[in-house]
Amino acid sequence: MLAFTLRRALQAIGVMIAVGIIAFSMFRFAGDPVNQIVGIDTPAAEREQVRKSLGLDDPVPVQFVRYFANAVQFKFGISYQFRQPVASLLMERMPATLELATVATILAMVFGILMGVYTALRRETLLAKTFQAVSLIGISLPTFLIGILLIYLFAVTLGWLPSFGRGEVVKIGWWSTGLLTVSGLKAIIMPAITLGLFQMTLIMRLVRAEMLEVLRTDYIRFARARGLTTRAIHFGHALKNTLVPVITVAGLQFGSVIAFAIITETVFQWPGMGLMFVQAVQSVDIPIMAAYLLMVSLIFVTINLVVDILYTIVDPRLRSTVSRAH
Amino acid sequence: MTVPVLSVRNLRVEFVTRRGTLRAIDGVSFDIAKGEVLGVVGESGAGKSVTGLAAIGLIDPPGRISGGEILLSGMRIDNLPPEDMRRIRGKRIGMIFQDPLTSLNPLYRVGEQIVETIRTHLNLSEQAARKRAIDLLAEVGIPAPEKRIDAYPHEFSGGMRQRVVIALAICAEPELIIADEPTTALDVSVQAQIISLIKRLGRDHGTAVMLVTHDMGVIAETSDRVAVMYSGRIAEIGPVGDVVRNPLHPYAKGLMGAIPTLAGDDKRLVQIPGSMPRLSAIPPGCSFNPRCGFAFDRCRIERPEPIRHGAQSVACHLFDASAKDSAA
Repeated sequence: MLAFTLRRALQAIGVMIAVGIIAFSMFRFAGDPVNQIVGIDTPAAEREQVRKSLGLDDPVPVQFVRYFANAVQFKFGISYQFRQPVASLLMERMPATLELATVATILAMVFGILMGVYTALRRETLLAKTFQAVSLIGISLPTFLIGILLIYLFAVTLGWLPSFGRGEVVKIGWWSTGLLTVSGLKAIIMPAITLGLFQMTLIMRLVRAEMLEVLRTDYIRFARARGLTTRAIHFGHALKNTLVPVITVAGLQFGSVIAFAIITETVFQWPGMGLMFVQAVQSVDIPIMAAYLLMVSLIFVTINLVVDILYTIVDPRLRSTVSRAH
Repeated sequence: MTVPVLSVRNLRVEFVTRRGTLRAIDGVSFDIAKGEVLGVVGESGAGKSVTGLAAIGLIDPPGRISGGEILLSGMRIDNLPPEDMRRIRGKRIGMIFQDPLTSLNPLYRVGEQIVETIRTHLNLSEQAARKRAIDLLAEVGIPAPEKRIDAYPHEFSGGMRQRVVIALAICAEPELIIADEPTTALDVSVQAQIISLIKRLGRDHGTAVMLVTHDMGVIAETSDRVAVMYSGRIAEIGPVGDVVRNPLHPYAKGLMGAIPTLAGDDKRLVQIPGSMPRLSAIPPGCSFNPRCGFAFDRCRIERPEPIRHGAQSVACHLFDASAKDSAA
């Protein structure tokens, strides 16, 4: 078990190094960084001065190692645009994105699983068919359109919810949270629905398909032959077996929720990392883009690792194959 | 005469499909007495398993029981509300399925599954149920049951898993066990152990057993009586010795002729020509008539009803005394 975890952790580090190379090479592809720092009329001698002071005259591998060593300590350099350390900018924005992604994922999981189980067990009811139809919309409509429709309905027409921003936030240490104020909670509803809708429909359809599959298995038939109650069979035996693939998808989706937050944050002007990234792209702020890339992949890799470990907790069969294989 | 544990009267099971209604079981009747083992044999699709599932009330839509009745110790059970039938399943009727590898939920320890079943049917505390579960595992021959109770199904071999399945089937002391091909998925050496286990349990607890299989060897070893099924009907039923040594129905004769013997007389095995008709194309009259070497005009028109012949009962016009002359 420990060997398995260690091996997965090493793989994760490998992935992070590869992403680091890509992030680093962005600086070179986007032209000479010195040009982006100094003005057009800066003399050549001064440019050399800047180049030297930034260490840009060192061989590329040396620069990479330095970049990576700094990145490991969360030093991503200075933003061209804001003239502030990128790390502190990211830290400032991260709580907003993580809160949005977490609320969206929880919404997606809770409603996705409930609706999935319902549509699987009561296939013929009108409500189940409605869920199925609505889920198609959720899968096929683009996020920004849903966001705009929600804004039109609840912010513009009905005026119930704010159309942009995060509402009031409260500082807890360095973490700023909007989940403790009324305006913050109101502000998160629409962005979270927008961001979570796709995942919710995905989870719903997955749970439904898995549940139907599991209900056909021999051990469910045998459970019925043992006279267990319908409730014990559906929720004790079938649902637990359904959850194994759901955990994977939900876990992996959490990464893409953070990545997709770019669009939702833009639509709702949500002050998170995604919005900052979009602004950074517009002003070719490479340090922010590179740091964002690293942060998002770090989150992805961490989630993957956690999902792998969760698997072995849910499914005892994996536990023993894992320990036998190592 | 005592009331039989299971009494099936003129049972009919139909499957409603888009292409029409298929009759999987058509007028099947038999009894199983206390402590008796009834073997049910026949080809795949003859309706053996469906008969077993009907008895325990697990025929799923689009299938349904469309006629006849099923009595458990004299009480009619085929028309019970689902919740009442659920209480009977596992408590008064235990069931064993074919594949022990897939019969147990892989995510729960075997002890959890046994305790869950015990506590569903009997009013026992968690500790008492666990104690009983250990006793049950010991009874079905699992070594070190107090340790193995906390193992997961994948940690058992196929034969051991089938023992766990049997422990689950008998955990509430049922009057009847329906075993649907309990040894088909197992190694031959393990088969014999499982068969003798089922036989011993039936004897010790006075449990009636309905043993569905296509393996005549298993039937000959285990059963007291045997029913030979063919396309949804019972062709012949009688004491196992009589039916094996002296089969009456031409189909039963063919079936017994297809069993190789160890005596080594180099005769070719008899083979029944053709195959069983599909449910959508059952011929009129006796459904076996197209494959039967003795078929005559009446077999193609009139469906034979069971006729008593000694201890056996056979559904064949050849044994209708009044029509004997026309057969010749």
